[in-house]
This record gives sequence, structure tokens and C-alpha cells, in this order.
Amino acid sequence: MKKNLVSINDFSKEEILHILELAEEFEKDPNQRILLGRVVASLFFEPSTRTRLSFESAINRLGGRVIGFSDTANTSVSKGESFHDTIRTISNYSDLIVMRHSVEGAARYASEISPVPVVNAGDGANQHPSQTLLDLYSIRKTQGTLDGIHIMMVGDLKYGRTVHSLLEALSHFKTRFTFVAPKELEMPAEYKQHLDVRKIAYTETDRLDQYINDVDIVYMTRVQRERFLDLMEYEKVKNAYILKNAILAATKDNMRILHPLPRVNEIDTDVDTNPKAYYFNQTENGVYVRMAIISYLLGVKK
Amino acid sequence: MGKQMNVRAIENGTVIDHIPADCLFKIINILDLEHETHQILFGTNLESKRMGTKAIIKITDRYCADDEINRISIVAPMICVNTIKNFQVVEKRQVEVPTQVEGFVKCGNPRCITNHEKIKTRFLVQRDDVGDLKLRCVYCEKSTSQHEMVIIK
Repeated sequence: MKKNLVSINDFSKEEILHILELAEEFEKDPNQRILLGRVVASLFFEPSTRTRLSFESAINRLGGRVIGFSDTANTSVSKGESFHDTIRTISNYSDLIVMRHSVEGAARYASEISPVPVVNAGDGANQHPSQTLLDLYSIRKTQGTLDGIHIMMVGDLKYGRTVHSLLEALSHFKTRFTFVAPKELEMPAEYKQHLDVRKIAYTETDRLDQYINDVDIVYMTRVQRERFLDLMEYEKVKNAYILKNAILAATKDNMRILHPLPRVNEIDTDVDTNPKAYYFNQTENGVYVRMAIISYLLGVKK
Repeated sequence: MGKQMNVRAIENGTVIDHIPADCLFKIINILDLEHETHQILFGTNLESKRMGTKAIIKITDRYCADDEINRISIVAPMICVNTIKNFQVVEKRQVEVPTQVEGFVKCGNPRCITNHEKIKTRFLVQRDDVGDLKLRCVYCEKSTSQHEMVIIK
């Protein structure tokens, strides 16, 4: 049966671990031309630089060919073609579809229409599962394991899709969570309920420095101005969630800083040269993880 | 002689009782009563010992299918559906909350694909932390709570 990756919940714990192992294999030997003769459609209904190039790099490294578009201006979508018809057509031209769309649920709908596998490269504020898998890969690579690590999630925990998916994925692995956010952007009740049901411990604070010396991973996200109804509140908190070298002095040796990028100012550039900064290595890991996802879904790697 | 009925008895048909007063019009939509040709009697904001206020619907010569009743249960899980023959209650039906619902509730997320393309909505029925029903959209994965539910005609 055709397998898709639309939501991180589409993969079991075993499948997640399998993808991470495949990615490790690709990291050791990145030029395996196992997609020779295959065509992958890369459909970016909404522009993205990093994610699109990372997927296309992964496909090229595997020896596959890419067709597609990086915005909809020159496509039949701008003539008013329905999303349904676009997907129906392009699924006839390709062996797999990678797609990003601003409308939530677009990838799930595409996976129902398309006879070929669909990989969701982001659907609005909903899911971005390849990001979650590369976050997991980065955590495992830097910590040697996913079991029992202590992760601190910082910033916009209310709207940030990456933190929500990562939380769901990590809840397979006895993770300890610390949430650092201003009151307006704290972790929504439904995700805390998800942890409660699984008897997973978490701590909440609005101070960045309170637990930072205890954690293995600091996962930073951006606090966006437009999320605040009251701009006075934003002014009050905006500088409280900026990571600087000064507060990293007593952190654990194995601690690493992750960020889904793009960064604006939430990590000071003075941190970039700190050996604990891992966010640029994280992007490299993304290519291996996407190679693993595509070859797994196409059945060219068991 | 018992207490006088607020909504008069029907000879044959269906009586839907114990409807929360604020759900009456949603149920009218779900059952598409607007296009019903049989005689229908409504009462709403009626006194109820158990519920404070309630609504009631009596439809002459129409009998509800199980899936129709289960749909109603999504907005009003406590309702009671009676089949009437010759002025007597011949069957009292328990509503069963389905695990999935399709097509008649709108997704509450304005950014959901079902609100942009012609797609039948689909939800998994779940309960929130206080036990109220909520619908989790299969597409956008957002939940619509019971009081936010809008019925698609």
C-alpha cells in the first residue's frame, strides 16, 4: 500500500527510528544513486527557500530528477485551476510528490487524491514532519540517544508548529520537558494533556535562565511581534527570550542549541561560534533525513 | 387527566425530547427539516426539571434512521428519541456517539482546506479534558468544540 508522510503521527516509533537509521547511512555515504530514473515533483504553492532546496538537494544526491515549481505565479493555479485538478494531473507525471501549501490540510487532501506518495513540506501552521524528523536526528546525533533526554523549548510555544510536532514525536521516548515562554505564548493545554496522559513530566517557567544548566537540548523559536494583542506586553518580554553567550557559561557540556531557522534575533550572533551552537549543522542533517524519507516511501530502501 | 402538554401529542412519528434549547436549530439543520413535508411541531425554551430549559421536536409520519440520530448526538448527546405509533411510545432509542463524522459539520478553522476547496469534511470524535465532545479534523488536525460547531446545510 502507498505510504505518505503528511503528519509526524503517520509514522510509528519504529518507523521514526528506521528513518533515523537510514539517514545515518546516507550521512556516511551521501551519494547513492538509488533514485536513478525516478521523477519527484516538488510543488511549492507557497515559497520556501530552505525546505525546498533541502528536498531538491536530497533528490539530486539520490540520482533522481526534480520537476515542479517554487511559486504558483506561472502555473495553471494562477488561472484558477482547482487544487484537486493540479494534484491529479501532476501525480501522473511523477513517482512522488513533495509539497508545501499555505492552507492547512492541503497535503492530507493531496494524499487522498494522488496515487503516488505525498510528503508534506509544510501546510500552513499545521504540520512539517520532515523538520520534526531532522530535529530528532539532530538530538540523537548530539546526545547519542533519544531516551530520557531533557529538552527545554523556548519562545513561541503557543503557535509554533515545530515545537508541537517535536513534542508529540518525543513523547515516544521518555523525554523530560521544560517549557519557557511568556504567558501569552505558553504551551496549549491540549499538548500538556497529551503529556499528562502519557505520564511524561514537564516544567513551565517564563525565565530563560532558570533551568538552562540542567538541560541537554535548548530548542529555540522566535517570539513574533504579530502574535501579541497587546504590544506593551511584547515590548516587556521581547528581550527576555534572547539567548546570549553569557547565560551559557554553566550549561552542561553535552548541551546543544537547536533552532528550526530562520533566526531573527532570538539567538545572539555571539553564540554562533560557541561549540554548543548546533543550528547550522541541523540544516545539513535535513538533507540526509529527507533522503531517508523519500527512499523509504518509494520502497527503494527497506 | 395529566398535566397538559406544551406541544400536543402526535399519532404516529418521531419525538425528539430533551434537546438543549440552544441546540434546536442545529438539529433542525441536521435533519433538514426545512424541506420536510410532513407536519412538524416544535417547542423551545420549555421548562425542564432536569435541564432548566429544553426543546422538543415532533415529526408526524417520519422515522429517523440510526445514522441520523447519531449525527444529532454530536451536538446534543443527551437527547432521547421516541418512536410513536397510535399515540403510544413503542420504542425509546439511545443515541450512540459515532467515532467519526462526515460531511455535515463545518471545520472551525478558517485556514482549513475544507473551507477552501469542495471537500466533504471528516472528523474523529474525541473528548476534551472536561469530557465534552470535540471534533478533530482529519485534514487540518485542529479541533472544533461542541459549542463552536456549525452545521452545513
